[in-house]
Amino acid sequence: MKTNDLILQTTTKVVLFIIILFSFHIFFAGHYTPGGGFVGGLLTSGAIILLMLAFDMKTVSLILPVNYIYMAATGLLFAGGTAAGALLFNVPLLTHAFGHVDLPILGDTALHTATIFDLGVFLVVVGVTMTIIQTIGEDE
Amino acid sequence: MILIAVKIAILCMSIAILGLIYRLIKGPSMPDRIVALDAIGINLVAIVALVSIFLDTNAFLEVILLLGILSFIGTVAFSKYLEKGVALERDRDL
Repeated sequence: MKTNDLILQTTTKVVLFIIILFSFHIFFAGHYTPGGGFVGGLLTSGAIILLMLAFDMKTVSLILPVNYIYMAATGLLFAGGTAAGALLFNVPLLTHAFGHVDLPILGDTALHTATIFDLGVFLVVVGVTMTIIQTIGEDE
Repeated sequence: MILIAVKIAILCMSIAILGLIYRLIKGPSMPDRIVALDAIGINLVAIVALVSIFLDTNAFLEVILLLGILSFIGTVAFSKYLEKGVALERDRDL
């Protein structure tokens, strides 16, 4: 019997963007409020898992053609690069820099290199979680 | 005054969760347990909101949305497992 998942698929199409926006909000607000790279990454992978539940894994890999192992490696590269970049300026390992930048639309924005480190954490969490889920899901 | 009302409300939600735990343990079929777990998640959202009123903080407001999302995804995954036997399908058109 062929089942019809119209309600689940339509709900997913609406809810997915809310979850992804919320995960990005948690990621960027991590410096001043609870949250950060870890929770944001878990919530992003939760959104992708919801997409996999409503559709199937082949469709999701067509929508998001990402190799998640490479994604985790890129995250490690970001974190390691931020740590090693401090050595170029004659300061100890993992020293972070901080500054105010005038961005075109956002105006005066405080930028911190800890965000790049957190982006590495985010990518590693998404990559590892999705690798685990995909490896288990494709097992017959 | 508001703190007494919040305390009474937390007590009521706890009693509701106790009733749901009874249904979770006793429930004759699997869908009963899944609906009970979903309702426990929603009641936990209410308790987190009440506790954050009680502690006079807005640090837990992310937890509310997070619990709602996780409860939804978990319920969908359990329901799909019961309906089709697998949670994640490889290819739907087969």
